[in-house]
Amino acid sequence: MIVRILGEGQLVLEKQSLDELNELDNALMAAVEAGAQGPFDEAMAALLGKVRELGTPLPVEEIKPSDFILPSAHSSLDEVRDLLSSDGLIPG
Amino acid sequence: MADGVMKRMSLIFKSKANKALDKYEDPRETLDYSYQKQMELLQKVRRGVADVATSRKRVELQMKKLQQEGDKLEGQARKALELGREDLAREALTRRANISAQIGDLNAQYEQLQGQEENLVRQSKALEAKVEAFRTQKETIKATYTAAQAQAQIGEAFSGISEEMGDVGMAIQRAQDKTAQLQARASAVDELMASGALDDPSGLAKDDITRQLEALSSGGAVDDQLAKMKLELSGGAAAKPELEAGKGTSYANKSDEISDADVLKDGGAA
Repeated sequence: MIVRILGEGQLVLEKQSLDELNELDNALMAAVEAGAQGPFDEAMAALLGKVRELGTPLPVEEIKPSDFILPSAHSSLDEVRDLLSSDGLIPG
Repeated sequence: MADGVMKRMSLIFKSKANKALDKYEDPRETLDYSYQKQMELLQKVRRGVADVATSRKRVELQMKKLQQEGDKLEGQARKALELGREDLAREALTRRANISAQIGDLNAQYEQLQGQEENLVRQSKALEAKVEAFRTQKETIKATYTAAQAQAQIGEAFSGISEEMGDVGMAIQRAQDKTAQLQARASAVDELMASGALDDPSGLAKDDITRQLEALSSGGAVDDQLAKMKLELSGGAAAKPELEAGKGTSYANKSDEISDADVLKDGGAA
């Protein structure tokens, strides 16, 4: 499966990593919904860190849609909430 | 259980690509349209990189300017202490602390911009490689397949490149927001300096600390006038008598007159 971290690029991961990622992702979603800054920062760092750790970069010449997309590192809670609430932020 | 962040975000990107794909009856048209968009985006990214670099350089100049100002105030504080004016020294050091805080702020901004610039350069290179790959695929698909057959082939390449473009587009927007913020901040610092709140960096109008120090050490205005007149009579043709009058005590001002004026000019043109 392919995971994109916005601003960084696409990474290829084994399918069996999904459970682990889902767990971290649920924590992130909960933090976003609760509007909790501390847990949000932690969950973002954990999820992005795990994806970087387990993934290998997809060669740049390959054009493939990602199965999952993650916000860029250092995104604020508000930015992520806006991203999820509408597609108005994605240009083009 | 509802979708998490990573699934939702990929769905948002996909629906965006699908909407664009649905606009054309012959899917092969979407390839040309998308390619055109990709070239436009590449231009935009290159401009974005240049804008961020300009902002970064401006912040760099301001930091240098503030640093000089801080050094000057430190010199003044020392001078004031030598003359037994602790009150003036305290005032100079207080202003210097204010300037140090501004420098710290600007430094944080500077580092962020640097990171953003590096990211944009990297993303622009990746996009360039992808656009080139897309161009080749596009011609193969157009040459080999009928419109109906092309549909399936196009799907993946199209949503793949749309996603890339969405990502790069967002990075550009973030960079533009950041540079706009910094322009506003840079102007605010310029205004503070112009108003004298951060002291006067131009060296043209003397600040109050310099003035008081001069009054203390010059032995009064009469001596000043005498010196000035003597100079004029001796054919010294003092081009800037108002600056010459401060000779001997305003040494701290002298060195940055020219560079500061240049910096101000640069800042205004940016």
